[in-house]
Amino acid sequence: MLKVHGLKFKYKDRDILKKIEIQINKGEILSILGPNGTGKTTLLKCIAGIIKPQKGSFSIGSKNMSHIKRNSLAKQISYVPQSSPSKFPITVFEAVLMGRSPYIMWRPSEKDLKIVVNVLKFLKLEEFASKNFDQLSGGEKQKVLIARAVAQDTEYLLMDEPTSNLDLKHQMEIMEVISNMVKTKNVGAVFAMHDLNLASRFSDRIIMLSRGEVFCTGRPEEVITIENIKRVYGVNATIKNNNGILYVFPDKPVNNKNSNLINKPPNNQAHSEVFYDSKIKR
Amino acid sequence: MHTEKIYTEYKKFNAKKVFYILIFTIILGIIALGALLHGPSSIGFKNSFTALFKETGIASAIVWELRLPRIIMAILTGCGLSIAGTVFQAILKNPLASPYTLGIASGAGFGAVLAIIFGGSLYSEYLIAGSAFFFAMLSSLIILSIARLKDPSPETMILAGIAIMFLFSSLSSFFQYIGTMEQVQEIVFWFFGSLSKTGWKEISIVSVMIFVPIPFLIKSSWKLNLLATGDESAKALGVNTTKLRMQGMIFASLITSACICFTGVIGFVGLVSPHIGRMLVGSDHRFLIPTSALIGTILVLVADTFGRILWAPQVIPIGIVTSFIGVPFFFYLLIRRTRGYW
Repeated sequence: MLKVHGLKFKYKDRDILKKIEIQINKGEILSILGPNGTGKTTLLKCIAGIIKPQKGSFSIGSKNMSHIKRNSLAKQISYVPQSSPSKFPITVFEAVLMGRSPYIMWRPSEKDLKIVVNVLKFLKLEEFASKNFDQLSGGEKQKVLIARAVAQDTEYLLMDEPTSNLDLKHQMEIMEVISNMVKTKNVGAVFAMHDLNLASRFSDRIIMLSRGEVFCTGRPEEVITIENIKRVYGVNATIKNNNGILYVFPDKPVNNKNSNLINKPPNNQAHSEVFYDSKIKR
Repeated sequence: MHTEKIYTEYKKFNAKKVFYILIFTIILGIIALGALLHGPSSIGFKNSFTALFKETGIASAIVWELRLPRIIMAILTGCGLSIAGTVFQAILKNPLASPYTLGIASGAGFGAVLAIIFGGSLYSEYLIAGSAFFFAMLSSLIILSIARLKDPSPETMILAGIAIMFLFSSLSSFFQYIGTMEQVQEIVFWFFGSLSKTGWKEISIVSVMIFVPIPFLIKSSWKLNLLATGDESAKALGVNTTKLRMQGMIFASLITSACICFTGVIGFVGLVSPHIGRMLVGSDHRFLIPTSALIGTILVLVADTFGRILWAPQVIPIGIVTSFIGVPFFFYLLIRRTRGYW
């Protein structure tokens, strides 16, 4: 179990994250939702050790990970960025092999190569193996980045908007592959997401962030409610429940006059683990 | 596709890279031998060859004291500048970076100008080299401190480097303006770059300064690969990017400064050979560093040999010849650049 405790991140004078407490379980997909600029990406980067928070600690199991070396951290947590620019030509095989970096000093071992071959097969990327990464489509690139994280073979997998640049088919494919992997390999996955429908469909648990704070957390149907969408996103929406799958239909932005409503959590329920709206209770 | 095939394909891909390195080593050997046995002086091919192994008076002197040091220096500078160029392109994530991008050449040039104009009674070849080396390293240290103060991003470093370049260039121009005719002539000559004045002493100094940092850079090859995919990815894969970037910069600057302090500015080798290398073996620095080093040495050696033979007994300065070869090639690269930088 990965626990984040009292995480605070400031950029210049702006508080991006204020006192975040979250918990990531193995074998579970946790989605982080919230409008632009609420600190979803920042939160992931803090956990992945890419940026250093001013305050806060995090632990895996009983082990405190705050002062751990970057290379050791990379053996436990992998991170898939939104995009990975490649200024110089590399093949797909080489790109995925980079996932083995925490274990490579100078030369990849036979074991590393075998793992890469298996991962390419697992994600059905075999035919691209010796193609140039830059020549792939957006969806294929995203898959390669995911393959790299899978090759890293970590207990926790963080992904920043894994579906943002993808068409429908690639979106579904990637989400299915990952949720499959989460269950079979007992991995803890965290997604920063924009798409409420995809999030509610594939997540076991959702955290809604608002202005750098945890607005609420819970099961999808507990978090994705008309009221929460209105308060956090400032949008009026309707929600349909079709055989346990939620469908969100955004209607229109909330009128500015009522904006004092937005972003303020309802009384005392802001940090409660269970918070739901009885209207959509199945 | 069969899994076995993916595996063998990768192996083959790497075997091809090793093959290139072998081929270039052989080509280098042949060219070096050719340059050693052939020259503008009238000692023939055969005499040069015997002079290599037997004391034969004038022929031995020409081979051992003129040609061989020159060839070795050409190899050292070609190798050093290309490795420095490859590393600069990787850590600055910029395909247009070269050993001179960060104002190192203008720093060195300014050092040489100072020594030539104010050297007075201390004036010597070593004073020029020392001063050039000092100011070359100074310019890179200034950039390092700016990067430490603000942020160690490639953009900050490149911008700071360009500012330094302008500063030292205008300082050089200013002192040339107040210098005498002879001094200005010598300065101009220094900026052309030349291998004419190399002896064994210079070679030993330069070799030490080049070969101490090179093993470290080769050892960091894998991490340099990661850096090219972006800082975030590299960090997430366990690389301390700030440390790697700073170290890479110090070592690459050291190599560059060592190469140019005795020879003057030899242009384009450091920019172009990493690109040719990447075309042939891709961006895996474990193979790219040796390949581009070999290409650089071949380029410098060929350019110098041409410079010696073309207009004998006049010697065309090496810096001029490499640019003659380098610039058209650079244009070719720019035009060929269909996807991204390739």
